[in-house]
Amino acid sequence: MRSEAQKNILDSLPKEDLLSSGVDLSEKGRAATFVQVDERPSLFRSMFQGIELIPTEEALNRYPQYKKFFGMAFTAVGEDFPRDTQGGFFLVIKKGAKVTLPVQVCLFLKKKSFSQKVHNIILVEEGAQAYVINGCASDKAATDAFHLGISEYIVMRNGYLNFTMIHSWNDSMVVRPKSIAVVEEGGTFVSNYVSLKPVKEVVMYPTCVLKGRKARASFSSIILGHKGCLQDVGSRVILAAPDTSAEIVSRTVSMGGKIIARGHLYAKTPGVRAHLECQGLIVSEQGTIHAIPELQTDYRDVDLSHEAAIGKISKEEIEYLASRGIEEKVARSLIIRGFMDTDILGLPDELREQIEELKERLTEQAM
Amino acid sequence: MARLEIHNLSVGVGSRRILSDIELSIGEGRVFVLFGPNGSGKSTLLKAIMGISGYDILSGEIIFEDRVINGLSVDERARLGISMMFQHPPGVRGVKLSQVARILCEDEEKINKYVQLLNLGYLFDRDLNVDFSGGEMKRVELLQIILMQPKLILLDEPESGVDIENISIMGRVLDEYLRESGASCFVITHTGYIIEYIEATDGCLMLDGNLYCVGNPHKLFETIRDYGYEKCKECTVRHAE
Repeated sequence: MRSEAQKNILDSLPKEDLLSSGVDLSEKGRAATFVQVDERPSLFRSMFQGIELIPTEEALNRYPQYKKFFGMAFTAVGEDFPRDTQGGFFLVIKKGAKVTLPVQVCLFLKKKSFSQKVHNIILVEEGAQAYVINGCASDKAATDAFHLGISEYIVMRNGYLNFTMIHSWNDSMVVRPKSIAVVEEGGTFVSNYVSLKPVKEVVMYPTCVLKGRKARASFSSIILGHKGCLQDVGSRVILAAPDTSAEIVSRTVSMGGKIIARGHLYAKTPGVRAHLECQGLIVSEQGTIHAIPELQTDYRDVDLSHEAAIGKISKEEIEYLASRGIEEKVARSLIIRGFMDTDILGLPDELREQIEELKERLTEQAM
Repeated sequence: MARLEIHNLSVGVGSRRILSDIELSIGEGRVFVLFGPNGSGKSTLLKAIMGISGYDILSGEIIFEDRVINGLSVDERARLGISMMFQHPPGVRGVKLSQVARILCEDEEKINKYVQLLNLGYLFDRDLNVDFSGGEMKRVELLQIILMQPKLILLDEPESGVDIENISIMGRVLDEYLRESGASCFVITHTGYIIEYIEATDGCLMLDGNLYCVGNPHKLFETIRDYGYEKCKECTVRHAE
């Protein structure tokens, strides 16, 4: 059972913010839970044998064999990373473990003007399978706060990682996630990103390196841009081994915010295939969407494609729904919600329903 | 009290005047059929009643159940009880037929009943009108109309693009609704198929934005079928209403 002290931590955080970042407070539908408030990992427990979920510092101290994974993904792309991090989670899905209930991780900001800097590592061992839901949220009182998330995901041979990040910050937060995934032979990395609440600024360009034959990556994002917000969000896949494949899909809606939707597919070896799709919807005259899809190859024998489209809600559709007695506001909300199609996300059923509810609530609020 | 009354109505689209000085009255429970050649202004009249944008009332009044509705928005008119079948409904990507059906009607059993009757089960969880065939769109339109429980139904060529079997299905559903609800219906038809299923009570002819020959719809349809609209134009018997 969960210790009382740990239980109190979940209870002490604002429920609404936790729920809108996908946290299951009862933990009943979760395989493991990790919560960090500001600089301190406050709760971490695994309800499943094949899962280890502890703070990163603790993992590196306790298990010398894991030390080599610290910084490994950044080395793979030749990038450096900040070392002044505090906390973050270290998740290991043990060899062959198939975990169908999601592992939940919540990074929470409570203090005003605080800089939360975490280093997270997920290790999916050979043949293992896991769903992770990473909720990032902040208290309304945590104004002008900053979050830096360094994340490394290693998916070993034939492993499967389905990672969903839900951003649920407040409108004065500046956020800089830096994530690199490395996928070995036959492995799969599915990344879902959902950002529906106002946030001052998010800049991120998570990258996945497919380094083993037949590795696969899929990035899907649903982004709602509110007035005054800047979201510069991209996904990059480096196809570095034969027979690898990737897909990047994004649906962005600007209700007055500035959205830069980037995507980059880079074929570093022949015999790979990948597709990139950016679709944007501008709802407000003040909104801007800048879609920047990039395809790059060093070889001829590759199959890379992209499509990008930005449009507005058609007046004809609104009027059609109005002729059914549906108010314009409700009609617009229906169309916007429909555009942010959760079917593009590779979500397990229980999460899909949760995100669908979230989307409904937050879109209504934004209208 | 008439359900719908139109007095002295002139309607323009852009800078063009399409309808001039229309006078019309449709009583409770009446099925009023509007005949007329292409381009005569029939659809314009229906759209003006519904309040569709771009169809500007230049003069006159549209009165629904004793209330002038000229200034009301489309959704306000719909909530008063007016429902129009679109001839070319737009596809609404991301919005499922099931979502709209549940907004229009809270009775799940009733939704199921009409989804079955209109053979729409396979389209129920699809995006509304996206990649639907002409016939499918018409059945989906009728489903939404019935679920709204309107007092006045505006039908713009309900049979176009629909095969004979489905016309009969639609006709029966519509007939049952009209009988049970006492709703009125204003229908444009070219082929006349639909009035084999619903009991048309009144009819009239539209030529160049004016209405003529208000009277027995079946007799009117026969005459049009026998002589064609060309003869109607030359006819000296026709009289302005």
